[in-house]
Amino acid sequence: MKTEFTQAELEQLEARFQARIDAEEKIEPKDWMPAGYRKNLVRQISQHAHSEVIGMQPEGNWITRAPSLHRKCVLLAKVQDEGGHGLYLYSATETLGVSREELIEALHEGVAKYASIFNYPALTWADIGAIGWLVDGAAIVNQVSLQRTSYGPYARGMVRICKEESFHQRQGYHIMMTLARGTAEQKAMAQDALDRFWWPSLMMFGPHDAESAHSAQSMKWKIKRQTNDELRQKYVDQSVRQAEVIGLTIPDPALKWNEARGHYDFGEIDWDEFNRVINGNGMCNRQRVAHHIKAHEDGAWVRDAIAAYESKKSRRAGAAAAQGEMSCQTI
Amino acid sequence: MSDSKLKEATRQYAIRLGDDALVLGHRLSEWCSNGPFLEEDLALTNVALDFIGRARMFYSYAAELAADGSTEDTYAYTRDCREFSNLLIHELPRGDFAFSMARQYLVDVYNLAYMEALRTSADGTLAAIADKAVKESRYHLRRSHDWMLRLGDGTDESRQRLQRAVDELWGYTPELFASDALEQGLADAGIGVDAATLRAAWEQAVSATLAEATLQQPAGDWEVSGGRRGLHTESLGHMLSELQFMQRAYPGLQW
Ligand SMILES: [Fe+2]
Ligand SMILES: [Fe+2]
Ligand SMILES: [Fe+2]
Repeated sequence: MKTEFTQAELEQLEARFQARIDAEEKIEPKDWMPAGYRKNLVRQISQHAHSEVIGMQPEGNWITRAPSLHRKCVLLAKVQDEGGHGLYLYSATETLGVSREELIEALHEGVAKYASIFNYPALTWADIGAIGWLVDGAAIVNQVSLQRTSYGPYARGMVRICKEESFHQRQGYHIMMTLARGTAEQKAMAQDALDRFWWPSLMMFGPHDAESAHSAQSMKWKIKRQTNDELRQKYVDQSVRQAEVIGLTIPDPALKWNEARGHYDFGEIDWDEFNRVINGNGMCNRQRVAHHIKAHEDGAWVRDAIAAYESKKSRRAGAAAAQGEMSCQTI
Repeated sequence: MSDSKLKEATRQYAIRLGDDALVLGHRLSEWCSNGPFLEEDLALTNVALDFIGRARMFYSYAAELAADGSTEDTYAYTRDCREFSNLLIHELPRGDFAFSMARQYLVDVYNLAYMEALRTSADGTLAAIADKAVKESRYHLRRSHDWMLRLGDGTDESRQRLQRAVDELWGYTPELFASDALEQGLADAGIGVDAATLRAAWEQAVSATLAEATLQQPAGDWEVSGGRRGLHTESLGHMLSELQFMQRAYPGLQW
């Protein structure tokens, strides 16, 4: 493929690219794309992939303590799904020319981001319910929208991932429902989890549209199909009803149905906290990355062993093949 | 044995096999988000799920035989160390990846043969559980056998780690083939497996793999046992305090 273009050629390519986007065509890995489009996509998919993988930690924290064997199996399977989502997304970035190793290195260096909600600790069993219900719930709202994203491999990945995410959300909601219908102590545990995870879950949609650095361009390229604020509103609307059904209270005094808008009004996010946590001051930021680094470093000798074994094996196969050739010649 | 005695022995037996599966499944589940790479993380979780699933089937059967309102969770969550009857090898802390894989290999060879034998049990439920377990164990063994070769015949470091793991595990393997009056009685009744009959084939398969993986077979000059009598390593109590945390902090609640 030609990589050097004159300014005029480049403008023509970009115009043609935008026309394809406008016509709702999917962009595929081998297609020409503007460098900025590729960069923007890599940033978003990498962040998404890391979120899936780092998100295994707060829930993984409860696997060994799950309150019943049934819940334990469901949780294990869920965390396994999230790892699978991570794998799937890492391979989507590979179609854009960025390897998993590079992405992991960026994560370890603190350059690559992941969803800030995973910097909050999972302290009680109810938090596992809240994470499934709210965090997976918010992720679904975002990912359903991304099923229509302009990059083909990403869009197809989202279709597959969304099916599993909705299962996760139902499981989380079911945990919350069980607690809400349990003893007073259990209900309080569920309410406390909702109190702690509600606002961070709203923050998952990112800054207001006006303040979002990548939003306008991402919308034009249809990497994103709906704005942060639109998605957040959709999430609030669905969650209010779900909370009502199980008798839990969303911790927002400003929450009110707005007949004229046909949506719930809700209070302002504490953006100071949002920035504090994103910038490394959450309860678990350091722990999450350190955990990932440790597992990666502890596994280095295993990965080395595989590489050594494979090269020995292929050397042996090569030697055997060479010997086979020789014996053929003698015959 | 009288019918009621046989039934109670079968219940005890199901609990033993459930304990083996749960305790090992727990150790495997500890690898979640700690694996050497993501694919392996997921594969280990798969195996953990198989064992916990197996435990649930054995416990549920025990609960059914007891017919006293107990459930699978009664067995998993409300018994202490002395009542757990798993073979010791399953409870040892997960150690490094070599340790977990060496243990897995040693018990996978055993489990596959054991479940193949249990598949012909006169007890239909045990036979059905074993039938499912055989399929899983075949996959487990293929994996752990591969890891023995890759780690044994990988780098110097991986060989050393794996050798150390096999050495540390070896003394827990004779217990796999021991049996007591309860198991002997069930074997005689065509219900249980006489594990001693599996020993020669196990030793042969393991020796061959150790050789292929360029490892030394340990001398076999020490052995520890006691699991079936509720005598455990100290690590089991810590495992149970974690596993049973919720039932201990909030007794009797549904979650
Ligand atoms: Fe996910
Ligand atoms: Fe996700
Ligand atoms: Fe999920």
